[in-house]
Amino acid sequence: MIELDLALQRGEFSLELALQSPARALALFGPSGCGKTSTLLAIAGLLCPRRGRIAIDGHALFDADGNVDLPPARRNLGVVFQDARLFPHLSVRDNLRYGMPHAVVKDAFDDVVQLLELSAFLKRKPGQLSGGQIRRVAIGRALLRQPQALLLDEPLANLHREARAEVLEHLRGLKRGFALSTILVSHQADEVIALADSVALIEDGRLAALESTEAFKSSSAGAGVLVAANACATG
Amino acid sequence: MHLLTPAETVALALSFKVSLVGVACSLPVAVGCAWLLARTRFFGKPVFEGLLLLPLILPPVVTGYVLLIVFGHHGAIGRLLDEAGLSIAFRWTGAALAAAVMAFPLLVVALRNAFESVDRKLENAAATLGAGAWRVFFGITLPLSARGLVAGLALAFARAFGEFGATITFVSSIPGQTRTLPIALYELISTPGGESGALRLTLVAVVIAVIASLIAALMLLRGGTREAEA
Repeated sequence: MIELDLALQRGEFSLELALQSPARALALFGPSGCGKTSTLLAIAGLLCPRRGRIAIDGHALFDADGNVDLPPARRNLGVVFQDARLFPHLSVRDNLRYGMPHAVVKDAFDDVVQLLELSAFLKRKPGQLSGGQIRRVAIGRALLRQPQALLLDEPLANLHREARAEVLEHLRGLKRGFALSTILVSHQADEVIALADSVALIEDGRLAALESTEAFKSSSAGAGVLVAANACATG
Repeated sequence: MHLLTPAETVALALSFKVSLVGVACSLPVAVGCAWLLARTRFFGKPVFEGLLLLPLILPPVVTGYVLLIVFGHHGAIGRLLDEAGLSIAFRWTGAALAAAVMAFPLLVVALRNAFESVDRKLENAAATLGAGAWRVFFGITLPLSARGLVAGLALAFARAFGEFGATITFVSSIPGQTRTLPIALYELISTPGGESGALRLTLVAVVIAVIASLIAALMLLRGGTREAEA
C-alpha cells in the first residue's frame, strides 16, 4: 500500500497530492514540470514536504502530525535517479556494493549482476559505460540496497531506442522476479503500461486521476501520449 | 661536491619538516572549516569566514606576535604547555605552528572550492543508499575533491615553506631548531660574504615554489561546476 498525502512548495510551484494505492507498482504520470519528480524526491527524503504523510506498506517515512521525518539513509528505499548518479570514482562493482547491507550474501549480488547482465563490466568505471549500461547499474545498485520499495525516476529517459528496449526488458524481468513495491515516475505512456499496475495522473501539482493501467491504456490521455511516445521513439 | 653547505642543508631539512608537520596539523581543521563553509548555512558565516582568512591578510609579524603572546612562555596556553613539558616557543614545533597558521587559509579556500565543486546529487544518492554523513563525506565528497585537496596541499606547503615573518617573530632564529630556509636566507643576506649561500637558497626556494604551483595548476585545470538538487 502506497500512501501519499503531501504539500510541497518549490519557488512558485505548489504541489498538493493525496492518494492511496494498493498497487504493487504505481506510476506517477504527467507532463514535465507537473510535480512527479518532486513527489519522488519527497518520498526519498530529499525534499521536505510542508505537511502530510508518506507511508509505504504501513511504514511511515514522513508524518508531519506524528513528527516523523526519517532521513534518506534510514528510509530503506532503492532510488534510481533519472541521471543515474553513479559514483564516478568507483568501479561498477563498488557502485553496486555501495548500498548493500552487510547481511547480503554473495549469491544475492551475483543474482542481480546476472539478472541485469552486468558481469562483463564490473571492473569498469561509470565513464566507460553506455547509457543503457549506466541505467542498468543504477537499477542494480538500488536493488542491492535490499529496499522495502523501489523508486524509479524516468528510468528510460534520454536513452536511444536500443538502450531503451534493453533497459525496459530488464525492468520487466525485475517486476516479475522481485516482489517489491515500486513507484515509477514517467511521462512515457508505453513505459507506464509496461511497468505499472496503477497510474496516478498528475497535472500541475494535483492528482487528476488514479486508475488501473488497463483503464489508463484505453483512456484517451494514455492513448494519445502513447502515440506521441511511439512516434518519438520511431522518429 | 655538495650543492649546499651543512648549515644550509640543516635549514632546508628543517623547512621540510616544519612545513610538512604544519600542513598536516592544519589539514583536519581546514577540512572541517571548509566543509562548514561549503555545505552549511549559519548565523555569522561571513564573520567566521573572515576570521579564518585573517592570517592571509594580517602582516605575518602581527600573526607571529599574537602566537608569541598566546603560546610564548608567559602566554595563556604557552604556560600550560610549559608545565606539561610541551613548550613550543623557540622550538621547531613552534615554527611548525606558525607554518600551520599561515598555511591554513590557503587550505580552507582550496578545500572549500573543491567541496563546492562536488555534485551534491551524488551525496544525496549516497544518502538514499543508506550512507550516513561520515560515510558520504569520506566515501564520496572527499575522494571527489581529491584534485582540489592536492592543489590546496601544494599551495599550503609552499606557503608554509616560505614562511618568514611569523616564524622569526614567534620562535626567532635558532640554528637547527627554528632557522628555516627563509630565515637562513635572511641571515646570509645580512652577513658579509653570504651572497653565494643566499643565491643557492634562493634557487632552492624558487624550485620548490615552482613545483608546488605546477602541481596546484595541474590539479585545478580539471575543475567544474556542479548542480544542486533539482
